[in-house]
Amino acid sequence: MPTLPTHPDFLWAEGEPKRHYDVVVVGGGGHGLATAYYLARNHGITDVAVLEKGWLAGGNMARNTTIIRSNYLLDASAAIYEHSLKLWETMAADLDYDVLFSQRGVLNLAHSLSDVRDSKRRVFANRLNGVDAEWLEPDEVAKIAPIINISAGVRYPVLGATYQPRGGIAKHDWVAWAYARRAADLGVDLIQQCEVSGFDVCGSGDGRRVSGVQTNRGPIGADRVALVAAGHSSVLAARAGVDLPLQSRPLQALVSELLEQVLDTVVMSNAVHVYVSQAHKGELVMGAGTDAWNGYGQRGAWHVIEHQMAAAVELFPIFARAHVLRTWGGIVDVSPDASPIIGLTPVEGLYVNAGWGTGGFKATPGSGWVMADTVAHGRPHALAQPYALERFTTGALIDEHGAAGVAH
Amino acid sequence: MIFHFDGEPIAARPGDTVASALLRVGKRAVATSPYLDRPRGVTGIGEEESGAFVQIVSGVGEPMRPSTRVEVVAGLVVRGLGGRGGLPVAPDPSRYDRAYLHCEVLVVGGGAAGVQAATDAVERGEGRIVLVHDGPLAMAVPDAIQVLQRTTVTGLFDAGHAVALERRTEHLLAQPSPDVARMRVWHIRSARTVLATGAFERPLAFADNDRPGVLLAGAAATYATRHGVAWGRAVVVCTDDTGLAAALALHDAGTAVAVVADVRTGLVGDAVRALAERGIDVRQGWSAVGTDAAADGGVAAVELTPVTPQGVVLGPGERVPCDLVAVNGGWSPNVALFTYVGGPVTWDATRVAFVADRARPHLRSDVTVVGSAAGDGPMPANPPATFFGAVANGPDIASRVFIDPGRDATLADLHRALGAGLRSVEHVKRYTTIGTGADQGRTSGVLAIGLMAATLGVSPGEVGTTTFRPPYVPLPFAALAGRDRGRLSDPERVTAMHDWHVEHGAVFEVVGQWQRPHYFASTQDESMADAVLRECAAVRTGVGMMDASTLGKIDVRGPDAATFLDRLYTNVMSKLQPGRARYGVMCGADGMVLDDGVVLRLAGDHFLVTTTTGGAARVLEWMEEWLQTEWPDLRVWPTSVTDQIATVVVAGPGSRDVVAAVVSDLDVSKEALRYLAHAETAIAGAPGRVTRVSFSGELAFELMVPAWYGDHVWRAAWQAGQAHGVTAYGTEAMHVLRAEKGFVIVGQETDGTQTPDDLGLSWLVRKPVDRAGNPTPDFIGSRSFARADTRRPHRKQLVGLLPVDPQRQIPEGAQLVAVGADLSTTPVPMLGHVTSSYRSAELDRTFALALVAGGADRHGERLLASFGADDAEVVITSPVFLDPEGARRDG
Amino acid sequence: MMLIPCPWCGPSDENEFGYGGQAHVAYPDNPHALDDEAWGRFLFVRENPRGWWQERWFHSAGCRRWFAVARHTVTNEIRAALPEPT
Repeated sequence: MPTLPTHPDFLWAEGEPKRHYDVVVVGGGGHGLATAYYLARNHGITDVAVLEKGWLAGGNMARNTTIIRSNYLLDASAAIYEHSLKLWETMAADLDYDVLFSQRGVLNLAHSLSDVRDSKRRVFANRLNGVDAEWLEPDEVAKIAPIINISAGVRYPVLGATYQPRGGIAKHDWVAWAYARRAADLGVDLIQQCEVSGFDVCGSGDGRRVSGVQTNRGPIGADRVALVAAGHSSVLAARAGVDLPLQSRPLQALVSELLEQVLDTVVMSNAVHVYVSQAHKGELVMGAGTDAWNGYGQRGAWHVIEHQMAAAVELFPIFARAHVLRTWGGIVDVSPDASPIIGLTPVEGLYVNAGWGTGGFKATPGSGWVMADTVAHGRPHALAQPYALERFTTGALIDEHGAAGVAH
Repeated sequence: MIFHFDGEPIAARPGDTVASALLRVGKRAVATSPYLDRPRGVTGIGEEESGAFVQIVSGVGEPMRPSTRVEVVAGLVVRGLGGRGGLPVAPDPSRYDRAYLHCEVLVVGGGAAGVQAATDAVERGEGRIVLVHDGPLAMAVPDAIQVLQRTTVTGLFDAGHAVALERRTEHLLAQPSPDVARMRVWHIRSARTVLATGAFERPLAFADNDRPGVLLAGAAATYATRHGVAWGRAVVVCTDDTGLAAALALHDAGTAVAVVADVRTGLVGDAVRALAERGIDVRQGWSAVGTDAAADGGVAAVELTPVTPQGVVLGPGERVPCDLVAVNGGWSPNVALFTYVGGPVTWDATRVAFVADRARPHLRSDVTVVGSAAGDGPMPANPPATFFGAVANGPDIASRVFIDPGRDATLADLHRALGAGLRSVEHVKRYTTIGTGADQGRTSGVLAIGLMAATLGVSPGEVGTTTFRPPYVPLPFAALAGRDRGRLSDPERVTAMHDWHVEHGAVFEVVGQWQRPHYFASTQDESMADAVLRECAAVRTGVGMMDASTLGKIDVRGPDAATFLDRLYTNVMSKLQPGRARYGVMCGADGMVLDDGVVLRLAGDHFLVTTTTGGAARVLEWMEEWLQTEWPDLRVWPTSVTDQIATVVVAGPGSRDVVAAVVSDLDVSKEALRYLAHAETAIAGAPGRVTRVSFSGELAFELMVPAWYGDHVWRAAWQAGQAHGVTAYGTEAMHVLRAEKGFVIVGQETDGTQTPDDLGLSWLVRKPVDRAGNPTPDFIGSRSFARADTRRPHRKQLVGLLPVDPQRQIPEGAQLVAVGADLSTTPVPMLGHVTSSYRSAELDRTFALALVAGGADRHGERLLASFGADDAEVVITSPVFLDPEGARRDG
Repeated sequence: MMLIPCPWCGPSDENEFGYGGQAHVAYPDNPHALDDEAWGRFLFVRENPRGWWQERWFHSAGCRRWFAVARHTVTNEIRAALPEPT
């Protein structure tokens, strides 16, 4: 079996936080680290600290199922996810770290005429937005992933699929470390075991302004604060008097033991609630829908796994004998329209980037890029404008529920 | 008995596992390491096995099983694994069941502590006691205890929920039996749970510690005493008294023990004396630093040397020939299940182990830990050493010191991780992959933590453990899927007329859980396109019949029923008279269309609400939520009657004649039963209701009867229709017919982001004041219409499209762009999309419905429909293509 | 699998229930009196605490009644149920 690439000899050093920074990034996950890196690299802003309450990138970045794609329905979504995908394509070179980004394609299966219709709508829109997308009939699906059961006799037969050839997977931890290492190289302080408990806000009403954060390691002053804390974003934002329309839900995932390669592409099925890829070293990486209830425990209920297994074995009969080796959970911040919230808040100097829900990993580079630009200039990046918090007032939602299902 | 390993027949005894049998015959190299191609053999005796994984080839087959857990049975065929398991493609005919059990006490683990805990519970009269043990139970237990053998608890969850896997047949049969469930997944609810899950022995870190023949000492001793395995010459390397006991056991069972190298000094006690009596050479303050290989890659000799308690090598050492190195590096309590429910764990420096922290209160007071899992037991004569291995200095040594052999992860990897700046044990795990293999770090975890702590100069407690996660042992996907396979994977809903549809050539469409006829193939060769044209033509020129039973039906009754419906629908239902029906749309609080359907008023306080097929459950829940949580003062009771009522649609110019033939006491003439009127009557002798309503735009009737008469009434109407050339039609024809009339389908013209106004249904939305100037009651969604984005011009609005080429059918989902748009420069601005697209029999051409930005004001304009590599010009029109005055529905 | 304490049916498996998020959020008496921002808050903003809160469940496979429970969103400890509305 081929060995995996080795990691760099040096990643980052632990340090004590300074008493003040130009920018404090709250949340040391993929998006927070990417934000810090791009602040330094694109904008020359290096007086930055990333504050992480646990171990760096130990939240959703360590727990996701690593699916990367940009084939979202709406123009705003296609734009930001495609921007992100282009950054994925140069990431290994940009960060000098092989993150095992593998553009092995992503299939989204259709199981009903309604699915087929919605899928084609998305494919046609994708193409006009410059996102690679194809509609495949069942026999073409079987050529790409022969282990999919395309027979008509199953409960929910495969009627076709959308295919994004440039989609794929990458090693989530390595992506985080790649961004962390380069951010640290550029002078960003990475502070772990540093939990933000509140914000220092002066002024009142529309004149509120952030001046720092309170942490378990003392107060840290900041001219600008970027809140990039995924499932904990709304709890923290509330402490600054900012209400975010987010709900935090458990999302479970699992891996099998290492198996001989049987699957060379990523397969997602919203209708039967399972998505799967086979990682480089051979394990199946799988996920399904969220648990229904709000939860911060990073765990869910077992029946969700059982349903997912039943769906998986119907769709991939060859998986019957594979074993679930390990399950785990993350905390996904879901928004009312299954789209993120990026940009300014009513508190000047406090920026938010959250609500990526079940689909944040693929957006890591693009989200960081856009957030860095937003913080650097004090106004939303063009790609972030549609995702402003204001949309929940105007009604201009970017509703990706239909196209994304459980977006991964 | 004989089983086959890597093609070779191997003799085995009853009670053997593959591991014990292979050890007995001296087959040391069982598997190959995943990346470094090093031979690996048996290291342990249970699920802590880190090296000897096999693929089961016979019977059902199974990848990546630890050979220590595979019981030998006649006909078994296995092969050693080189890192990845194989997935057989042959279908597995086995049955996998799910079983449920409630008890007062669940005891996990059938060793001494578990049996004691279960027996104590019986004596206390605690109720139903269940003991789960992962192998065959070794000791007798009182009859009052229910024992699940060969069952492993794989997870503990909320509220006393446990999940366990029972392997039922593999120790009996190599081939599966279709009559006996091969495995069961147990779901157990217990009032309290006792974890007697024991402890795992730890290995030690030294160079080439992964060679076949290096085993955990306790495992080696058990192989010797229980399975009759004998080695030629053993060296025991240990850090605690159980290593000494293992040496004695090995010797007494017939294996010569050349040396016992115990890192501790000043040893006292019975075991020391017993070793001396047997003339076994005990070197105190010594440990292993390396091994040499024999021809089979297994151990030929061990390098022993004096070491300091910190593991610094004092030289010189001694090379001791042997074929067994029995290693005891301490014991790690098996606390995984405890931690699944948040049970705290603490480092016990005396026991040199992470133990369940019983001093700390934790939420799940119903879960307790006993026995060695809790670090219980008398203190040994000599305290265990805090020692994780001795590694000599020198190049290329650390890369041969295996911490997790299953991942080929070494001390060199650990050093690199720390050198990279990583300090969290979770980071180190992910950087090195230690603990991520099939054994999930049972032996490597604490070893890694100890080595990490030693390198950093902190205690293992400060490093902490990584997170344990269920399942405790690997669970086959098929076992978890259980019986939810094939036809049982989701309920299939069919109507009362299903058999008739099957008999008459229906090709079905899946709509949620329902099977609905999509179209009826009149001959085997008839294409769907031809069938649909035929069905549509029949409805428009003759008479057609369609099964509409799947549409949701909700009985809404009570004194406040009308008030209630007024709050849900955009139009005023309270003005509807009994005996009349009305189409209505309901919106969510965000103003977007939620569902639509026809509402019948049966009496002042009684309505029958219909919904879309897919929206039925959601609408009922919506109603119940509002009534119970917001308007409990309203006296209204909604009840689902979707399955209780069958609905037959009879549509077309000839429909009145057909309906008249099957109703006995109702005048269905044009004057007597007007459009949107309904009345009760007997239909083919069954109690029913006839409504004049039309989704096709033709004269049409809906016949509703209790579902158990559905088949009878359908057949009666069909019979009556023979004289009129009746044609059965399905959902596709229904879709085409309604589209010709510009009627929307929620879920096709809508995706949750359309208001009634977007769909051209503002005529259905009540004004804030009625014609008399009185304020109308508010309804859900109204406030949202006034939001900035919801009232902006140029929202996507419902339009019709006529392709410039009347025979060109535009795919549904096609995007609409400006004529002349540069399609090669993305992004191309999109102005809308095609929601429905068909070929019209009546118009003898294609047509479509679409949502287009500002479309209501753009009739007559041309757009380009873009669909993949292709495109076609279209003209924007009204969405009503036929009979805009609605004359046909009167017949 | 949590046991949800349905006040009418007793503790039942969580997969018998639908979930309703934050409890005790009253529909505004007069939505038309709220400005767009306040209306948007009602539509979309709900509490999302890490810790104890009151949430709604609906016994969809049982008595089909809505009720509220207090649950800790980290530990899933559940306290007594209150029938909705209070």
